[in-house]
Amino acid sequence: MEMNVTRRTVLRGAGSLGALSALIAAGVLKPTAAFAAEWNKAAFEAQDTTGVLKGLGAGTPGEHKGLILKVPDIAENGAVVPVDVVSTIPNTVSIAILVEKNPLPLSAHFDFANGALPEAAVRLKLGQTSLVKAVVKADGKFYIAQKEVKVTVGGCGG
Amino acid sequence: MSDPMKIRAKLSGDVAEIRVLMGHAMETGQRKDAAGKTIPAHFIQSMTVEVAGKIVVDGQIGTSVSRNPVFGFKVKGAKAGDKVVISWVDNKGDKRSDEVAVA
Repeated sequence: MEMNVTRRTVLRGAGSLGALSALIAAGVLKPTAAFAAEWNKAAFEAQDTTGVLKGLGAGTPGEHKGLILKVPDIAENGAVVPVDVVSTIPNTVSIAILVEKNPLPLSAHFDFANGALPEAAVRLKLGQTSLVKAVVKADGKFYIAQKEVKVTVGGCGG
Repeated sequence: MSDPMKIRAKLSGDVAEIRVLMGHAMETGQRKDAAGKTIPAHFIQSMTVEVAGKIVVDGQIGTSVSRNPVFGFKVKGAKAGDKVVISWVDNKGDKRSDEVAVA
């Protein structure tokens, strides 16, 4: 179970998760049972970008040309908008994706390990025309990229 | 309750391209039904991708991921035949796990 301790330490840093890692190491909790408890409530329930960045501990991220965000310029259907994020920044360990104008902007957050390339393809709901933002963490620093998607039919309405 | 995920894991050189489709309503909690009552949020919150017994992607998901979510990842160093296991848990505690071999 040594792998899990390493993984948590590398991915999340020490600190409040130390106790959890110890439980995993002791075999009390299996990783599949543990991960659900770690949903970042503060970041996912934040109602604006500033709150999400705070929840992620990202501060004020800078820009980096190695962070590539691919979104359509115009989405005819806001219910299914393909978003691709690729980071070529060395030592990228996580990618977060935000939709600025959605009621709860943070859409997804991925931690990568054991050979996973820092890339993610997702499909998001956009309630209206909005900036889509990607935030990555590399070598302890955060970087951000953003692009606007024009939505002609929203994806969050009834 | 939930349908099996559709998982594809295709090797290209030493990189496995993994795509998964999860059958889930991904209800945001923002919508109202015909009677004007808010439909409670019901969405996948956590997911993991394991390749050959190691977790490669540990994901947390919010309500703005589309209905029947599709995710794509790439994993370097994978080999043909490696077992890919994808699991999710939603905010009501429903969960599902499916697997496929890298081809």
